[in-house]
Amino acid sequence: MNKETIGSKVVKWILIGVSILFAILMLVLPLITVITESLKQGWQVYIDSVADEYTVKALLLTLEATVFAVVINTVFGLFAAWALTKFRFKGKKLLGTMIDLPVTVSPIIAGLIFVLTFGRQSPIYPLLQELDIKIVFAVPGIILATVFVTFPFISRELIPVLEAQGTDEEEAAALMGAKGWTIFSKITFPHIKWAFLYGIVLCTARAMGEFGAVSVLSGHLRGKTNTLPLHVEILFNEFKYVPAFAVSSILVMMAVLILIIRSIVEYIGKRESEDVR
Amino acid sequence: MMKKASKRVIPGFGLSMGVTISILSIVVLIPLASLVVFTSTMDIGAIIETITRKRVLASFEVSFITAFIASAINAVMGVILAWVLVRYDFPGKRLLDGMIELPFALPTAVAGISLTSLTANTGLIGGFFDKFGIKIAYTRIGIVIALVFIGIPFVVRAVQPVLEKLEPSYEEAATVLGASRTRIFWKVIFPEILPAVFTGFGLAFGRCLGEYGSVVFIAGNQPFETEITPLIIMAELQEYDYASATAIALVMLLASFLILFLVNLIQTRNAKILKGGS
Amino acid sequence: MKTRILTAILASALLLTSVAAFTSCGKTESDGKITLTNVSYDPTRELYEQYNAVFAKYWKERTGQDVEITQSHGGSGKQALEVANGLEADVVTLALEYDVNAVRDAGLIEDGWVSEFANDSAPYTSTIVFLVRKGNPKNIQDWDDLIKDGVGVITPNPKTSGGARWNYLAAWAYADELYDGDETKIKDFIKKLYQNVLVLDSGARGSTTTFVENGQGDVLLAWENEAFLSIQDYPDDYEIITPSISILAQPSVAIVDEVVDKRGTREVATEYLQYLYTDEAQRIAGDNYYRPSNETILKEYADVFNLDINLVTINDFGGWDAAQTKHFTDGGVFDEIYE
Repeated sequence: MNKETIGSKVVKWILIGVSILFAILMLVLPLITVITESLKQGWQVYIDSVADEYTVKALLLTLEATVFAVVINTVFGLFAAWALTKFRFKGKKLLGTMIDLPVTVSPIIAGLIFVLTFGRQSPIYPLLQELDIKIVFAVPGIILATVFVTFPFISRELIPVLEAQGTDEEEAAALMGAKGWTIFSKITFPHIKWAFLYGIVLCTARAMGEFGAVSVLSGHLRGKTNTLPLHVEILFNEFKYVPAFAVSSILVMMAVLILIIRSIVEYIGKRESEDVR
Repeated sequence: MMKKASKRVIPGFGLSMGVTISILSIVVLIPLASLVVFTSTMDIGAIIETITRKRVLASFEVSFITAFIASAINAVMGVILAWVLVRYDFPGKRLLDGMIELPFALPTAVAGISLTSLTANTGLIGGFFDKFGIKIAYTRIGIVIALVFIGIPFVVRAVQPVLEKLEPSYEEAATVLGASRTRIFWKVIFPEILPAVFTGFGLAFGRCLGEYGSVVFIAGNQPFETEITPLIIMAELQEYDYASATAIALVMLLASFLILFLVNLIQTRNAKILKGGS
Repeated sequence: MKTRILTAILASALLLTSVAAFTSCGKTESDGKITLTNVSYDPTRELYEQYNAVFAKYWKERTGQDVEITQSHGGSGKQALEVANGLEADVVTLALEYDVNAVRDAGLIEDGWVSEFANDSAPYTSTIVFLVRKGNPKNIQDWDDLIKDGVGVITPNPKTSGGARWNYLAAWAYADELYDGDETKIKDFIKKLYQNVLVLDSGARGSTTTFVENGQGDVLLAWENEAFLSIQDYPDDYEIITPSISILAQPSVAIVDEVVDKRGTREVATEYLQYLYTDEAQRIAGDNYYRPSNETILKEYADVFNLDINLVTINDFGGWDAAQTKHFTDGGVFDEIYE
């Protein structure tokens, strides 16, 4: 028994060591590169690039697209996870696959399909023109693309947990006459809340950083349809290496901020659940 | 099979299905359908000719191999990371946990540029390996590195919630019964998390297959060597050759669809076995 | 009751999407202010930032109207594609004629746009030069030095980068002269050249990063104006070598007829492009390392540009459509050298 614990301790530290090494090589070093590059020409250049009028506008647009993506995907994710795990029906696997598909579609193709659907070559383009609705190369296109690339993030987090949990509790509650919303909020939600939180964090992070699909759809109009990642690309292409990294560091900071918020929520939540016990 | 009877006991089937299908259609199905429609204007012979060009075939090979290796690495590392994050306590754990999503938030182009500067033979990591004659940036190894970076959150975040939910009572029971830790892991825990690992692997694989932004910087893009399929699609678009671009895109789309379908099949099967057993 | 709440959530989500669809449009021009969208390619931002201010001042003086110009920059081919797909550009100022032709082929620009403005609608030009490391350690002077063993060349992929097609054609022009038109030998030369290419980036900027930031290769084939930008950033690390033969790169400008007619901006759009040929605008181009098309102004920059270079033009290749078909389409010469 004693030997076992020593053995497991060794395993524990080996695993931790491997994880930390991996994290340093794959996650920390690229991050440090971003920060050092952004400060290569000193603080003044950094502040100038971050406070630039177009950077601020790009930031606002990124936030707008992210909020839309999170809201729409949350609504979708909850319903889809409920439908896929609490009921049995034909074509369930197909539906699950369809939901996952957007993540695996190349961002370029993702952009391309929206251009084909709503762009000038599309059969519905004249109709859109008539109604004066712009989708591609305008904000709605950017939002659509962002929703598309983050589409399964919330439902995918929820489904494995709900699947592992089974349907027994909900069935019991339903047989006792509880209504849908009550079942969801009292029985299902407590099980999935952490997965749900992960989903939102993933979705937010990915939505902020999305580049490929949005780049195909945005038209790169300065101050109008440039998101932060696109602004980074443009600065880079304009031979503004350092400002490009400075703007990327905003994205890094936003990501860190979200992760801090998540940790706080998690911490409070876990403490509360311990108090109840 | 009592389950059949319980098919509609839980309320909300119609509503949740309705919402799911309608949003899915607007965001995913209709746009994807337009790709199919567009390609169908080409005749089959031309499509086959386009997708069997040597250079295109070579790019499929590069994309599939690198994506597979990268997601396999991710599957292993993802399980280790998730395990460490859920089961152990150590200084800096929260920090590690928080960093997992960074690859998502960093625009892929920035990730590509940073990773390239690190792994080029003038960079920190690349310089080290260069002493042993190993080149990372501008080779397939470089592509794999970029893809590992892109895909890591998928596996970790798929496995983590399941591990967290896993009842410790099984393991305790097994320990009391005298099972070794390795045995417990493989016999008790591993089957539980396997579906989640598959989900993570499938998503990471699909994502890696289509990744463009970061790979173009690190790959070197030599035809037949390190040229990935999305780059070929981009090249076709630059030549205003929509038909070829959509034909190749369709192949990739079918590939990701198949992979995901397979993953979902294994996953539900696993879930069934698990339920049957317990 | 409970279902109603959920339906309400759904309804609000859909409402939000439609709100998004409408927020971006409906912004019509107000109080006599004209907006103009100029879709351009990557490294022209500073040029047009300066030019836009000058033009806005001129237009205000002439007509009393305020004009606001929105810029869009990206890879030239990609930008053309977006305009063809519905990006509302009043004018395009792209890297090559071929890209403008793609917009024309989509039906947005009328035939004959090339002769609408002076000098084939190219108000400023550039050429392809070599950027080498300080002191030129590999002693690279001309194109034939690039095919020597052990010389690492960095250039973007002509298939994905419009600008890189000029690089390829410039090399071809040299070999054409050297071998007196013997195509087998020329192809062999080009093949050797591309065998020396270490990294084939997807765009010009990527190549510059590979060469400058990541230290790969001995020579970068670059547009002259971009080479000057690198020198400006790192004056002690690099130098520019001008080969004996190069190509006259003509970035093209054009009015997008369909859009200006729809928006009623033809007059200001025409004037916007016409004004590029004035002395003042030509000097802005020169200051941004583009060669002014006005010979007199170009001479003012004789200390910046090497004016002795022998420049071939795209017409020596039979125009863009011919060059594209022969060299860059699938199965063309560029594919051939890799088979």
